[in-house]
Amino acid sequence: MDFSIASILLLDGLTNGAVYALLGLATVLVFTVTRVIFIPQGEFVAYGALTLAMLQTGKTPGTVWLLLILAGAAALMELIERWRHHGNVSRALKAALRTLVFPLGISLLTLWAAPQQFPLWVQAILSVAIVTAFGPLVYRVAYQSLEAATPLVLLIVSVGVHFAMTGLGLLFFGAEGFRNPSFWDERFSLGPVNLSGQTVIIFAASIALIVLLWLFFEKSLRGKALRATAVNRTGARLMGISSHASGQLTFLMAALIGALSGLLIGPSTTVFYDSGFLIGLKGFVAAVVAGLASYPGALLGALFVGIVEAFGAFWASAFKEVIVFTLILPVLLVRSLRSGHSDEDH
Amino acid sequence: MHKKNLPILLLALAVPVIALLPLPDFWIAQLNYIGLYALVSLGLVLLTGIGGLTSFGQAAFVGIGAYTTAWLTLNTGMTPWLTLFVGLGLTTISALVVGMITLRMSGHYLPLATIAWGLALYYLMGNLDALGKYDGLLGIQSLSIGGIDIGQGRLFFVLCWAFLLAGAVSLIHLLDSRPGRAIRALKGGTQMAEAMGINTFRYKVTIFLIAALFASVAGWLLAHFQRTVNPSAFGLKMGIEYLFMAVVGGVGHVWGAIVGAGLVKLLEDYLQVALPALIGTSGSYEIIVFGVALVLVLKYLPDGLWSLVARLLPKAQRPVNWQHAASLPERDKPASGEPVLVVDRIRKQFGGLVAVNDISFEIAAGQIVGLIGPNGAGKSTTFNLVTGVLSKTSGSVRFRGEDISALPSRAIARKGMARTFQHVKMIPDMTVLENVALGAYTRGHSGVLSSMLRTNQAEEQRLLKEAQRQLERIGMGEYLHEQAGNLAMGPQRLMEIARALCCDPALLLLDEPAAGLRHKEKQALIAVLRQLQSEGLSILLVEHDMDLVMDVCDQLVVMEFGTLLTRGTPAEVQANPAVRAAYLGTEH
Repeated sequence: MDFSIASILLLDGLTNGAVYALLGLATVLVFTVTRVIFIPQGEFVAYGALTLAMLQTGKTPGTVWLLLILAGAAALMELIERWRHHGNVSRALKAALRTLVFPLGISLLTLWAAPQQFPLWVQAILSVAIVTAFGPLVYRVAYQSLEAATPLVLLIVSVGVHFAMTGLGLLFFGAEGFRNPSFWDERFSLGPVNLSGQTVIIFAASIALIVLLWLFFEKSLRGKALRATAVNRTGARLMGISSHASGQLTFLMAALIGALSGLLIGPSTTVFYDSGFLIGLKGFVAAVVAGLASYPGALLGALFVGIVEAFGAFWASAFKEVIVFTLILPVLLVRSLRSGHSDEDH
Repeated sequence: MHKKNLPILLLALAVPVIALLPLPDFWIAQLNYIGLYALVSLGLVLLTGIGGLTSFGQAAFVGIGAYTTAWLTLNTGMTPWLTLFVGLGLTTISALVVGMITLRMSGHYLPLATIAWGLALYYLMGNLDALGKYDGLLGIQSLSIGGIDIGQGRLFFVLCWAFLLAGAVSLIHLLDSRPGRAIRALKGGTQMAEAMGINTFRYKVTIFLIAALFASVAGWLLAHFQRTVNPSAFGLKMGIEYLFMAVVGGVGHVWGAIVGAGLVKLLEDYLQVALPALIGTSGSYEIIVFGVALVLVLKYLPDGLWSLVARLLPKAQRPVNWQHAASLPERDKPASGEPVLVVDRIRKQFGGLVAVNDISFEIAAGQIVGLIGPNGAGKSTTFNLVTGVLSKTSGSVRFRGEDISALPSRAIARKGMARTFQHVKMIPDMTVLENVALGAYTRGHSGVLSSMLRTNQAEEQRLLKEAQRQLERIGMGEYLHEQAGNLAMGPQRLMEIARALCCDPALLLLDEPAAGLRHKEKQALIAVLRQLQSEGLSILLVEHDMDLVMDVCDQLVVMEFGTLLTRGTPAEVQANPAVRAAYLGTEH
């Protein structure tokens, strides 16, 4: 291995690592606020990339139908629960409609826009909007009534959601893989390294998103409310912060991050309905490096995972996944030795 | 004959009958798969349902068992009856590595590690030339004994279900034993179990290992039954399905594993044909149904399908077979007046907050000492420092002349210091008797293996006899077989005292024992405390009921804001103006 190969691998690793970082951040975000270990994070990645691929071919993406079904289920649950709780039909109906409005609007917009062959960036925004709408609905349907359950039960629910979303991905996108066109075809030369426009976009988008997240949590009231929920749920509720709303907002952000990651990797890898899982899990390994608690830690962990993967692929391409996933054991060993003590009653 | 054993007996009779029935071979093969899957889920019942831990990597352990025997029998000609143990050995090593690394940390790291590790192992199996890459290994021999092929059809069915039943029976035996009670205590957090002298980390690793070994045996059987192995059967999808089986069937019940395995296998076969026909293209659409069903079960039937059946079954009461068992040996008690506990300037700081500020006091044998003070004075923290639940910032604690400052709470419990908790900590789905027997944990020795094989009965009877004796001693004799979760607050507290007494303590620490007790119950409690005192036991008491405190205590230690306010006899303390000020405020 000479310097040029090493620098190419390093760039490759950092590029992938930047995407893993986004997913790792989403994982940490969801876990700290809701205690859900969100295994299906990667499914949003695949949904995002494949929705864009469908729009590219001028077809209505299957995610629209799925979104409508999910929104219908969520609205029905909202209706029934509110009705039972307050005994007031008009309030219950209003709550159900509120659940329905955004997904329905996005779906109608997409149905109209899909055959029009809009420019790539319009389709990209539309794809992100569709997949983002999934976030709160997934929380509403699968997790909301289990808010008080142990992290273990929530984890098993996550696995169920992962199964369902993967299968539905197969149903609505088919088994075929897609590769999206690049957003920016420009190429730059930096010594031995050939930097593509897409790589630049990945880095720029990741950094922008991380800065935005930081601003959101530091400067906005909503962000502070989420942080309060993360520290103490009961305390936050007593301060008037709804844990339902916090959960849904968190999942909205997770879905948004997932969809964006899907667009970022879409041009460099062929995405299948089940590709998201492995990508998401690598973000996961990064989050575990950070103990599921620290955002900067997840970022560093993700870059590390990306680099290990790139070099692993070069030295032993068949065992690249083995190397990346075995990595979690020494990482956990270090964490275990450092923490020393287990927490009581979760 | 014990009623609990009835389902086992029925199943044991049913297996040979089914083998003789003229069922089509297809159904026998189905039953074989169900038996294999159930064996894996059985391990998850112990791990998840009983122990409160979980693993998505059971399929990987099945893979280790299967690939080990496949490779060894094909390449070295070793007999399968030996490779079984090689597989178990390799499984033990990998389970210990994963378990030791993750189980010291909070509960969700184990499942995460098993996901990553299961994936890694899957890709390893799929890429190693020696293991035939993704094609796997073919032409594995069938199992045989003395030239008779027992690896196929009906004979294999009997073999496989014999393994399953043996596994189920050994688990039922284990759960109803000294180590079993310790395992059942894990789910509710480690603090209570550690205070009973139980090494919770070791038990967590143990149940993870047992679950892995069950999976490994299933893998060995599977390899010789299918006569081919390939990675797809050992991937993460299968790992998740095993957990799905256990959860759907009833993760808290041994029989839930069999119900779940049967249901999932039949449903999967049906859906794999029906759904693609409905949709028009092939693909594993059944995972949609499984995913949705898993969420629905956890929401609406968290105890699984077997709980519906279990509700209908008559509850068998434990037969009392320990009247003639010998009593447990008791430790030497300190002579009257000898110092039992010497607390010397212990201190606890949480960051800048000093919760306990250089507190010192002593307790002599046969003394009842009350630790009192307004709310937030640091009484419970002091308790936790003495019993080793929290680590001290500085200061030392000597118990019967021995420095115990640095010991963990389980080691302190073993030395004869027993405690109760401010918020009752118990195992709600065990009977009162079993909960109290947990207290006698340190006075027994039988391990996991002897419990599974039921060679622990003599000791078990002695432990239960002791539990009954302590319950009767504090007037709870009529509640022996009641489920602990059904008790009212007062009896629950008394049960905790009985459990602490089962440790055969020299010093008893009671954290608000009278909270929630009615007047009559308080009178009874006072009588019990007096009686214990007359037997030479020392007691440290945190309590808000001043009548009770003033009535029974010989000495009082008064704390306020983490600091020692005063010490003395009840009369002295009552006369102390500083104490009055702390409780009632000062007059202006």
